[in-house]
Amino acid sequence: MMRFRFTQTAIDTALARRELLDPAAGGYVSFEGWVRDHNEGQEVTRLEYEAFQELAVKEGERILAEALRRFPVKHALCIHRVGTLALSDMAVWVGVSSVHRGEAFDACRFIIDEVKHRVPIWKKEHYRSGDSGWVNCERCAAAPGHAHAHEHEHHHEPAALTIHK
Amino acid sequence: MQLKIKIQYYALMREQAGRSEETIETSSVTPADLYGELSGRYGFTLAREQLKVAVNNEFSDWSRPLEEGDAVVFIPPVAGG
Repeated sequence: MMRFRFTQTAIDTALARRELLDPAAGGYVSFEGWVRDHNEGQEVTRLEYEAFQELAVKEGERILAEALRRFPVKHALCIHRVGTLALSDMAVWVGVSSVHRGEAFDACRFIIDEVKHRVPIWKKEHYRSGDSGWVNCERCAAAPGHAHAHEHEHHHEPAALTIHK
Repeated sequence: MQLKIKIQYYALMREQAGRSEETIETSSVTPADLYGELSGRYGFTLAREQLKVAVNNEFSDWSRPLEEGDAVVFIPPVAGG
């Protein structure tokens, strides 16, 4: 089973957590990303996630392998939802087990940050106003003359600002 | 020389192209050329510098020579999580 996966249905965290169990592990850290009701001044009513799954799974696996190399943790998993999500639905789950807690927190943070920046997944926000837009794409489209500046922004402004509390 | 290339579209690119995939005969020799050709056809709003590109399900250089039967995906700025 791949350590990075997609699901079209609700993420089963109880089941995923079981895969992290290890007699040598002293604990585990998880992160859940939830659909938030606002972004950049707009009232969000639902989200659609879409992924280029063939490449996304490869890149996701590379991130998890990097995390296991960089941090002395036991196991790491990431599950990402695709399809239409309602407010408060879980969009992504990351779990890491380790001997001690410090490296589990560090590895979990590393994984979610890298997933947001590197894995080919897109989200479309639907707003109360009736408008909709692809996050990180529409502002660029409005100002193609500033491509470089915007690209810089994409790589360094965590998408966390747009969805996670 | 014409090459047969498959293109898959996702997210904003899919909406602007009005399709999820197509196979075309093209004289473009690199993904960069191909993006220029298809921008002319579909009026993509994103500049190439804002995108990444994948060939045969792996990230690729924009200047890699295309080969017969390659599958190309243009990757707009990502927003997972």
